[in-house]
Amino acid sequence: MLNYILRRLLMIIPVLIGVSILAFLLIHLIPGNPAVAMLGERATPEQIARLEEELGLNDPLYVQYGRFMARVLQGDFGRSIHTHSPVLWEMSMRFPATIELTVAAMIIAVVIGMGAGIISAVKPYSIFDYSFMGSALIGVSMPIFWLGLMLIYLFGVKLGWLPPSGRLSIGVELETVTNIYVLDAIITGNWVALKDALRHLFMPALALGTIPMAMIARMTRSSMLEVMRQDFVRTARAKGLPEKIVIFKHALQNAFLPVLTVIGLQFGYLLGGAVMTEWIFAWPGIGRWMFLAISSRDFPIVQGGILLIAMVFVFVNLLVDVLYSYVDPRIRYD
Amino acid sequence: MNMRAVIKGNSEQVEVTCQSRSLWSDALSRLLRQKAAVLGLIIVLALIASAIFAPFIAPYDPEKGKLSDRLQPPSAEHWLGTDSQGRDILSRIIYGSRISIQVGVITVGISLVIGTFLGAVSGYFGGILDLLVMRFIDIMMAFPYILLAIAITAVLGPSLINAMIAIGIVGIPIYARVVRGAVLSVKENEYIDAAKAVGCTNGQIIWRHVLPNCIAPIIVQATLGIGTAILDAAGLSFLGLGAKPPKPEWGLMLNQGKDALQTAPWTVMFPGLAILLVVLGFNLLGDGLRDALDPKLKD
Amino acid sequence: MKRFTNKLIIVLVMLFALSVLVAGCGGGAPAEDQGKQEAANEKVLVWGRGGDSPGLDPANVTDGESAKVTINIFDGLVQYKQDSTEIEPALATDWKVSEDGKTWTFYLRQGVKFHDGTDFDAEDVVFNFERWMYKDHEYHIGGTFDYWGYMFGDYPGVVESVTAKDKYTVEFKLKKPMATFLANLAMFPFGIASPEAVKEYGEDFFKHPVGTGPFKFVEWVPDDKIVLEKFEDYWGEKAKVDKLVFRSIPDNSTRLMELQAGTIDIMDGISPDDVATIKNDERFQLILRPSMNVGYVAMNMEKEPFDDPRVRKAVNMAINKKEIIDAFFAGLAKPAKNPLPPSLWGYNDAIEDYPYDPPKAKALLAEAGYPDGFETTLWTMPVPRPYFPQPQKIAEAIQANLAEVGIKAEIITYDWATYLEKVENGEHDMAMLGWTGDNGDPDNFLYVLLDKDNAVKPAGNIAFYKNDELHDILIEAQQEMDQEVRAQLYKQAQEIIHEDAPWVPMSHSTPPIAAKKNVIGYVPHPTGVEKLNTVDIQ
Repeated sequence: MLNYILRRLLMIIPVLIGVSILAFLLIHLIPGNPAVAMLGERATPEQIARLEEELGLNDPLYVQYGRFMARVLQGDFGRSIHTHSPVLWEMSMRFPATIELTVAAMIIAVVIGMGAGIISAVKPYSIFDYSFMGSALIGVSMPIFWLGLMLIYLFGVKLGWLPPSGRLSIGVELETVTNIYVLDAIITGNWVALKDALRHLFMPALALGTIPMAMIARMTRSSMLEVMRQDFVRTARAKGLPEKIVIFKHALQNAFLPVLTVIGLQFGYLLGGAVMTEWIFAWPGIGRWMFLAISSRDFPIVQGGILLIAMVFVFVNLLVDVLYSYVDPRIRYD
Repeated sequence: MNMRAVIKGNSEQVEVTCQSRSLWSDALSRLLRQKAAVLGLIIVLALIASAIFAPFIAPYDPEKGKLSDRLQPPSAEHWLGTDSQGRDILSRIIYGSRISIQVGVITVGISLVIGTFLGAVSGYFGGILDLLVMRFIDIMMAFPYILLAIAITAVLGPSLINAMIAIGIVGIPIYARVVRGAVLSVKENEYIDAAKAVGCTNGQIIWRHVLPNCIAPIIVQATLGIGTAILDAAGLSFLGLGAKPPKPEWGLMLNQGKDALQTAPWTVMFPGLAILLVVLGFNLLGDGLRDALDPKLKD
Repeated sequence: MKRFTNKLIIVLVMLFALSVLVAGCGGGAPAEDQGKQEAANEKVLVWGRGGDSPGLDPANVTDGESAKVTINIFDGLVQYKQDSTEIEPALATDWKVSEDGKTWTFYLRQGVKFHDGTDFDAEDVVFNFERWMYKDHEYHIGGTFDYWGYMFGDYPGVVESVTAKDKYTVEFKLKKPMATFLANLAMFPFGIASPEAVKEYGEDFFKHPVGTGPFKFVEWVPDDKIVLEKFEDYWGEKAKVDKLVFRSIPDNSTRLMELQAGTIDIMDGISPDDVATIKNDERFQLILRPSMNVGYVAMNMEKEPFDDPRVRKAVNMAINKKEIIDAFFAGLAKPAKNPLPPSLWGYNDAIEDYPYDPPKAKALLAEAGYPDGFETTLWTMPVPRPYFPQPQKIAEAIQANLAEVGIKAEIITYDWATYLEKVENGEHDMAMLGWTGDNGDPDNFLYVLLDKDNAVKPAGNIAFYKNDELHDILIEAQQEMDQEVRAQLYKQAQEIIHEDAPWVPMSHSTPPIAAKKNVIGYVPHPTGVEKLNTVDIQ
């Protein structure tokens, strides 16, 4: 096992190098100059030349890449072209927001998704099954920004139940420790802020969680149905075990594996893919930030940001694989 | 968005490898027995019909309107209302089906061809080639999906075709993995050895013997992928990176209608519903195909 | 394992239930109370806008979102009047200029304090100017000081020296007379920062701004909000609200919904389609910013057929500006006939715009040798700008107009940075662009956008319009100190431009701002940024 983890860790290195090269190449291939992006209608040739000089944009790409990697290895991700602030600082202000949103979305997705999946599997072809699976299908078929706007209009404006966007109401004080507001509120015992943060979190998490929720529901249903046809479940039933135990002890336990894979993949995917949700819900996270950085050719942010997201992605997936073998002792890595 | 279909295809379709003709007709009849799949099929056929017969069924020119008619609510004249340029939304949705089909087919085509090639080659030959290809796939998967699509579109310049290329490229890993998994399981079969024995080249073996036997997971993945591709293209259009006006692309219509969400909700609702319906259709069909091609799952 | 799964599920269910419960608690609360839970007597004004500020060091930012905040933290030596671009005293109470226009003396206000408690005097002014103008200055860091170079020519540019004559007198020596010197100093980038703070924070000054303005900086959560609070020792009219919060809400629709939910008090960046919604809601007021901008379609005169003035005039006659403004500006713009906005001195109102007349346009095209029209491209930007709130839709309407006279224009768009670079390199046939004035001087429009000096790639003059007669007039106006004489020169310039028709001047927009009815005392400034110390919440 330890051996396996070590080998996987080793394999991560070339992947991360690959990601960094890809990110570097892509961002430098985009036409348009950061000076122009920054100065807009006002950019003058002198200013463009000066910025290019300052950033070393006239050097060959491999020289620039070498410089970038040399600094990254020393833990220096550079400074943003547009704000001149350290990329790591900018990231530390936004990454926790994305983590918070992603985890909340995954919790909603797993709880509702697995719940619906289990009920559907226990009572296949029932009215529950059809309505759950029907909604799941509609869930994966919906443009997320469309759903988001509808949610805000309904719950934020028409019903007035939830704040339309943002992370915390103006006027609610919260001492930040981790920048994950829900966690900070719990740590500091600030219940007003906790309630407020959760109210802000709910809609974007629901919108972001829709697709994984639908996937998990379908996944749970089909893998449970499959498991329940297998011999050991039949045996359990034949032994006269109560149905509840059969379902939860035998069927669900085995059906959990493929769901775990979805969770791992989706988690990584949501981390970098929440652009539209963060945009609609004014969530100050990393997706929206990276999108704007690409548009404004803020090279250091794009390079550093993508590298960090990729790192989290590969580690989460490694974690899932390890969990996998922990959950299911039949799987061995050698 | 893109991963919602990957899991099914991964490795569990191992058994679906040696179809015969009767299996295909079996599959078809199984497909037609599922109500949901038939519904999906009907939606998809309706989409195709609307694309083919657009000039006959669309009441107005999709790209011409009068500003004096702008933002009119649904009425007898304009069933689904008019947009900000005074164009008939129904006609635009009907013509838009052409674009959606293009998007679905071209995007999936790109991912499918390249992904299948990479997956087949890497699965069949194994060894160092496999290692290289799979690491490359890992790199692509570790790259944040939507950001990769955004960056590629930015490199190529925003246009519908470039958005399709970007989404197509980003979709490659799934197909590569699905096909590689299928090839790995097919490869061990005796008829492959037999083919080798009679002196078939590797290319021939892959093309004639391996791929035909992995077709089921590919079809399923592709059907589901079309829906995803349409959604992703709409997403890129939403960010201003997709189709250019005045094309009646549904995502672009959504993006343009969004400004009038409160004053003219029909400009947002109907294109959104069109996307929803079509993606739903492809998903239903894909699910149905999966069940039909995978007898193991049938009761 | 069973335990593990079960426990996991129980925990997840509980977490979810908790979140639903907590979220639902606010259920019946009226929308007005959403999220405004400030302490009883504290007045908080929340401003909703589309983007965050890249930085808060005014000398190192160039964008409106940064300027909007910094102008409330910093004061310049002089400033614009609340509702016009006329100059009034700020940190300097009086000033005089020598006969030759090369020596400016400023007499500073006494008893002014920076937010960090230090006193303001002439040495501070000298420190700031030297920081901006000398590239080798120890604190010329944290950015590239673009506006200095832009307004004063270079580093140090037109300014030869800045010296403190005594504790409250500063003298500037210029290399040559500069008509726009005073107007430039009133611009937001030239706000005086506390030298102590600049030295303390160095490169991080952009997130620890310290000035003398009516509000002082409290907190910045990137992409979320910037919080300022009232500065009790402000030298001028003290702020009426206790806190000022700028929230970034990128999506236009979401931002409007925040206003409707009551969580923000005032917002800009309103989509024209939403103007009616705001007007029809008695809770809100619509405030129009006076126009100091122009949106235009430039025709690339280096390319056929736009090298022919008849074609350019035909295009001018083919576009129905009035209809486009009604549809895509919600009527909140004036049709343009000159490159200058009408609010600026020197505007030539005697010029008569080309009429909307498609038959005549067709005739002109035929005369120029294009009886059946021609194929071309129309470039448009992907993002809304103050001068074109819905650029792509406007482009579609122009496209339809042109089709009427036989010109088939394909719409081309790139993302914003690429777009600018490509049009500045003249890759377009026709391109939409615009300009918002910096300092209320006609030179800032006509010279920048239409002089042959700026038709060199990458160009500000994207019509690549080169007219020597115009050039001579514009240069003469730059060095003339008498405003009456300058106004005459600019009127003459506009006649030449009208006759050559390098552009279709489209519109002078008045960007709308929506506020709750109880927000009073807000006066939008033509430059797009204003101090909010006079704003109160009833």
